[in-house]
Amino acid sequence: MFVIPDRFSYTVAHSVEEAVELLHTLEDSKVLAGGQSLIPFMKLGYASPKSLVDINRIPNLDYLDDSGESLKIGALTRISRLCDSELVAKDYPLIHDAALQIADPLVRNLGTFGGNVCHADMGDDLPAVCLAMNAEMVASGPSGQRVLAAKDFFVDRFTTLLASDELLTEVRIPKNRRGCGGAYLKLERRVGDYAIVGVAAQLEVDGDGVCRSVGIGLTSASTKPIKASEAESWLVGKSLSDEVLDKASTLAMNTSNPLSDIRGPAEYKKAMVKVLTHRALKLAYKRARGGL
Amino acid sequence: MTEVPVIHGMGSAVKRKEDVRFIQGRDTYVDDISLPGMVYLDFVRSPYAHARIRSISTERAKGAPGVVAVITGKDLQPLGLDWIPTLSGDKMMVLPTEKVVFQMQEVVGVVAESRYAAADAVKLVEVDYEPLPVVTDPKKALEEGSPIVREDKRTNHVFHWEAGDREATDRLFEQADVVVGQDMYYQRIHVSYMEPCGCVAYYDSVKGTPTIWMTTQAPHVVRTVASLITKIPENKIRIISPDIGGGFGGKVYVYPGSIVAAVASIVTGRPVKWVNDRSDDHPSTAFARDFHMRAELAAKRDGTLLAFRVKAVSDHGAFFGDANPSKFPFGLFSICTGSYDLKAAFVEVDGAYTNKPQGGIAYRCSFRVTEAVYAIERLVDIMAHRLGIDPAELRLKNFIPPEKFPYRSVMGWVYDSGNYAGALRKAMEKIGYEELRREQEEKRKRGELMGIGISSFTEIVGAGPSHTFDILGIKMFGSAEIRIHPTGKVIARFGTRSQGQGHETTYAQIIAEELGIPIEDITVEEGDTDTAPYGLGTYASRSTPTAGAAAAVASRKIREKAKKIAAHLLEAREEDVVWERGRFYVKGAPAKYKTIQEVAFAAYTNHPPGMEAGLEAVHYYDPPNMTFPFGSYICVVDIDRGTGEAKVRRFVAVDDCGNIINPLIVDGQIHGGLTMGFGTAFMEEIGYDQDGNIYGANFMDYTIPTAVETPKWETDKTVTPSPHHPLGAKGVGESATVGSPAAFVNAVVDALWPLGVTHIDMPLYPWKIRRLLEEKGYALDK
Repeated sequence: MFVIPDRFSYTVAHSVEEAVELLHTLEDSKVLAGGQSLIPFMKLGYASPKSLVDINRIPNLDYLDDSGESLKIGALTRISRLCDSELVAKDYPLIHDAALQIADPLVRNLGTFGGNVCHADMGDDLPAVCLAMNAEMVASGPSGQRVLAAKDFFVDRFTTLLASDELLTEVRIPKNRRGCGGAYLKLERRVGDYAIVGVAAQLEVDGDGVCRSVGIGLTSASTKPIKASEAESWLVGKSLSDEVLDKASTLAMNTSNPLSDIRGPAEYKKAMVKVLTHRALKLAYKRARGGL
Repeated sequence: MTEVPVIHGMGSAVKRKEDVRFIQGRDTYVDDISLPGMVYLDFVRSPYAHARIRSISTERAKGAPGVVAVITGKDLQPLGLDWIPTLSGDKMMVLPTEKVVFQMQEVVGVVAESRYAAADAVKLVEVDYEPLPVVTDPKKALEEGSPIVREDKRTNHVFHWEAGDREATDRLFEQADVVVGQDMYYQRIHVSYMEPCGCVAYYDSVKGTPTIWMTTQAPHVVRTVASLITKIPENKIRIISPDIGGGFGGKVYVYPGSIVAAVASIVTGRPVKWVNDRSDDHPSTAFARDFHMRAELAAKRDGTLLAFRVKAVSDHGAFFGDANPSKFPFGLFSICTGSYDLKAAFVEVDGAYTNKPQGGIAYRCSFRVTEAVYAIERLVDIMAHRLGIDPAELRLKNFIPPEKFPYRSVMGWVYDSGNYAGALRKAMEKIGYEELRREQEEKRKRGELMGIGISSFTEIVGAGPSHTFDILGIKMFGSAEIRIHPTGKVIARFGTRSQGQGHETTYAQIIAEELGIPIEDITVEEGDTDTAPYGLGTYASRSTPTAGAAAAVASRKIREKAKKIAAHLLEAREEDVVWERGRFYVKGAPAKYKTIQEVAFAAYTNHPPGMEAGLEAVHYYDPPNMTFPFGSYICVVDIDRGTGEAKVRRFVAVDDCGNIINPLIVDGQIHGGLTMGFGTAFMEEIGYDQDGNIYGANFMDYTIPTAVETPKWETDKTVTPSPHHPLGAKGVGESATVGSPAAFVNAVVDALWPLGVTHIDMPLYPWKIRRLLEEKGYALDK
């Protein structure tokens, strides 16, 4: 009854321009990148797009480049590449933590950074990472390229700011500096599952341990990926004592609005936002100090 | 003279013969079978848990490309196949004509040239439903005014069953110093075999012979029942159970897919394949457990356990289809006095119909033993804590002592052999029990939560003795047919069916042991009703106790004849001929011998005058009693006061299954069973909302453990042979699933007992533990 999706057309795009053109002209189209969320959705009947535009053959969309002012991640970069990258492991532990906890090795081999972000499920891990790192999303559409801030990008569950004929091509992450550190903590029922709750924390501290900047992104803490902005504001300019972290994690918890579901009741998930925020900040701080 | 080769008999940890083909993907599962002209069956399934069917329109589906047949309940009615009997004397719907009774129930079968065409056409069938009130809680189902699940019944009450002595038990409870009681729910779970259910059915209209390759644990029973229902002569029906990817009780049942596929093959004249995908299989095939119980235990102040009683409601879904022996509507739950020398016990169970698929799978369990072990092992722990006696000490004090075996329990079972204290002491020593208790004490002072849980279970497996055990009247014997070829090679066939247990190796080792023939020279076959001797199949840890015993006895019959032939060859009197594994020699002259292979050749070329040629035997083994494997498990957990997660730090399992045929296979069974028990305890549950919508219908929602979270299992054994089994062996396939859940729960509750927590229902989700920590003011926010 399931397993077999409804009928759909399938077209391969060989360039970003061609992909955009196809998305623009084809009826009810979806981008096929790694397919690790889209294909199960189609099999389960949650999604029945009439046409798929396969972007896997587009050259030069799979890269990690930190030669400029930011870490540029190509939209087709496979999650496994993030797991295996020494650069990511050393300078971007938040991304590394999260990548290693996404689903299972098979999914990570095919799943892409861009796909995980654009799927924009509340339970996907990389949106929270992008929110915590204040990433920029680079998109191409019929009228050219535009750059969107992560904090504006995630509109609702499964909905981003991208128009239906726009393609995400790159994600830009602020470049690692001295005093930066991050961590992603994910509570899950079992390895490979979606998060019960996940917390992404990215910190920059000065030589005295005072917080210069901070980003906190939350997974499965609302109907969409969210940013714990009040907690972020509270932390800037403060030394990260246990009391300060307590207050910050309470603020993060108050920002959250999780759903009760098979992964646990809402009140539990709220409490876990608090627990994990505290722990993630603590670990991020340790890593930030370790880099000084 | 030939050397006697290495034979890999009893006790050899030889690698499994069948694994070569499994590992190389050269096995044949049902979905690997492809016949010329084969068509595919898919189902329209009900979105509602309970609804009247106003109308079904199949016209659009029939006109869809590739569709060759559409089958509804009305099409089955004239054949008398819209309902079929279950193994428990009830009946189950194949396809509905009046109403649907659970979500995802099969409603209409669509047969097409390809799987894709069938799936597309399923969406074109229009069913007009009128939703009806739903009942998913078995306790509510038994209340006055509840929606009635079954049109053909006036009530949702399936049965009332009692065992034990109510008055004697109640009297002991009145006299007892201490009584503890606990309401517990053993949640509904799915066996989650790797291979979903399916079949390929082909009706040869010229010969009038239906052949069905199907995922079944008991092909002969299917053949007999099919013949009785359809009046097709039993010799014309052939059921083949090819390689099976796990059964665990779930493939004892016959599901609507097989019936509809068989009918579709008759209608279309073509082979029909039906294979469930996971999202179809999980919510529509049978479930295990789903058992609400109130258990109570009475004791003296000094810790002498006196009596046990259980009052329970079991949920059977829409049809009572439990594959129980006929005389046991609630299986062998009366083993619930466990490893303890109690003075009295009484249990009563009421079964209820609900708007769920049929339940009652004995999931890796000998007919409800899992629920029974859970009940007694939880209550013994609760009693120990209440009395302030160490749970190990309380168990040691109350175990049936070794000298009392064979032991007649107050429930009437005669335990064959046991040394319960031996197993527990060994487990305690291996895990360092005393040291762990000291560590726990220190941790408690620091506010850290650590728990130690014990489960000292006794199983009852190997159904069973013909005076007590039958299914639909057919006695539960075990069968083996062994033929020795002239060159000394062997074909052996059995009425059981391995689903991954390693029968091809285990049975070969038994024959090797008895006849001295290497296992490489022994081919074991099962699962084809045209060739295998009649047998009741494989479930409830019965294969080694019954068919394994049959293999030993049949081998011995062969040896008797072989001895006569050897005497003839050695020109000696039969009573002077001595058997030594693999050869016969004349007493006092061991250098002059005939190997079993030489004797086999002679059986066809040079047998004694007046003797029948050939060397073969058949045996139908009627076990004199059940076998009672046992063991003691100890689990150590650490609890995160922030997240509520309970992490298993260590788990020691000491099992006793009597004499061991293959230690590697036994260890594999224990590892697998412990992992399933771990899944049950910590993450598995099929839930329903009040409208009967299923939670956990696929592996995204229903979590089973992976290697990552599975603890490291530390296994060990004691050996207490069964006195009545020809090899001294007992069944072992289910011990770990049966015994382990209580150990996990006991460990977590042990950690939380000082906070005033007496019980947590499985699965032990972190959120449940966190909620308790919050209630007790013990939760941390960091």
